Amino acid sequence: MAGRAPGYRTPVTDLPKPRGPLSDAVLAALRDLPAASVPRIEVAPESADDAALTLWTLHELSYGGFEDVDDGAESEPELVRVRRQLERRLEDELLARWPGVPEADLAADFFDWVAGHDGPSLARYVQADATREQVLDLMRVRSIYHLKEADPTTWVIPRLPVAAKAALVELQFDEYGVGDPARVHSQLFARGMEASGLRPEYGAYVDEAPLEVLEQNNALSMFGLQRRLRGAAVGHLAAFEATSSMPSRRMAQGLERLGFPEELVGYYLEHIEADAVHEQIALRDICVTLVREEPLLERDVWFGAWACLDLEDRTARRLLETWGAAA
Amino acid sequence: MNPVERRPDVELCPGGPMLLRGDHVVLDDEGNRHPTKRPVSAVCRCGKSASKPWCDGTHKVLPPKLRP
Repeated sequence: MAGRAPGYRTPVTDLPKPRGPLSDAVLAALRDLPAASVPRIEVAPESADDAALTLWTLHELSYGGFEDVDDGAESEPELVRVRRQLERRLEDELLARWPGVPEADLAADFFDWVAGHDGPSLARYVQADATREQVLDLMRVRSIYHLKEADPTTWVIPRLPVAAKAALVELQFDEYGVGDPARVHSQLFARGMEASGLRPEYGAYVDEAPLEVLEQNNALSMFGLQRRLRGAAVGHLAAFEATSSMPSRRMAQGLERLGFPEELVGYYLEHIEADAVHEQIALRDICVTLVREEPLLERDVWFGAWACLDLEDRTARRLLETWGAAA
Repeated sequence: MNPVERRPDVELCPGGPMLLRGDHVVLDDEGNRHPTKRPVSAVCRCGKSASKPWCDGTHKVLPPKLRP
């Protein structure tokens, strides 16, 4: 649309294509609101994909919503019930894989614990080996998060004690462009997408997102939306920021190697320095401060941090496999 | 309830950068001036950053003995 800034709030967030009977039923109910009330949805998810797409769709009602879906859908009791079931399933799956709290001091050992986590790296692959088409694939699926970057964590702000709360606002202020909409990180990514010939509207590529990408987004939304999981939300944030600076440099180098436009390269260049700051604030001023006030949350901080690394590993493995590249 | 302390303007992160809050001009060891570009800046202390004077996380791949 002429004259409109690209990005999350542009008006194309079409409902995704169903991936099984549960998503089919939920999408139909969303389309029928408000004319028809939501029927009881007793369908079980047919597959992990069906469950993940349904949960992504239901979470999205709490962000930008969808073009043709009634805003009241967010609080329809039957849809909230289905959302809770799917969230419980996701949390149980994560907890079943989680090795538990490591023997490490949160303040002193966190960064080494993150560095010691040996997963496949998409950034290394992009830096040296990826083709242009593979990078476009990656940008399309990364857009599911990057076009609403920082939003899931904003929900956590009112749930933190005062020092951690102020620190999180300081971090988010930078994510949101220090108040300048043109510098909001999601908008930097939207401009990079558009300059690369991709669609900058939020959710434009959700039908291409593999299960692992949907689960990454779903876990982040679940941590953000539930006060109970505030420890996991900030732990996830700390791990996310701690795995961003150096990979962002590799991404920028790979994009330059392949001749991608400076808008997209610039998004990653911005994250080299920004996230070197954010990782310190996230760990020291948010997580450590929170745990000092609420010691019982330390377990959840580690859980959220682990979940961030685990879910990124799974996404990396899936994409590298799809491209026929060794993980 | 613990008393709330004022946030520091300068924060030395163990093994990592120096956080610097607010607008400043950093003069590097070659005499070049670098205005800060964000509300909080991380100034490299390990000497190995590729974005000097700003931190780029490189300290994390140094052996602990070589970190600030």
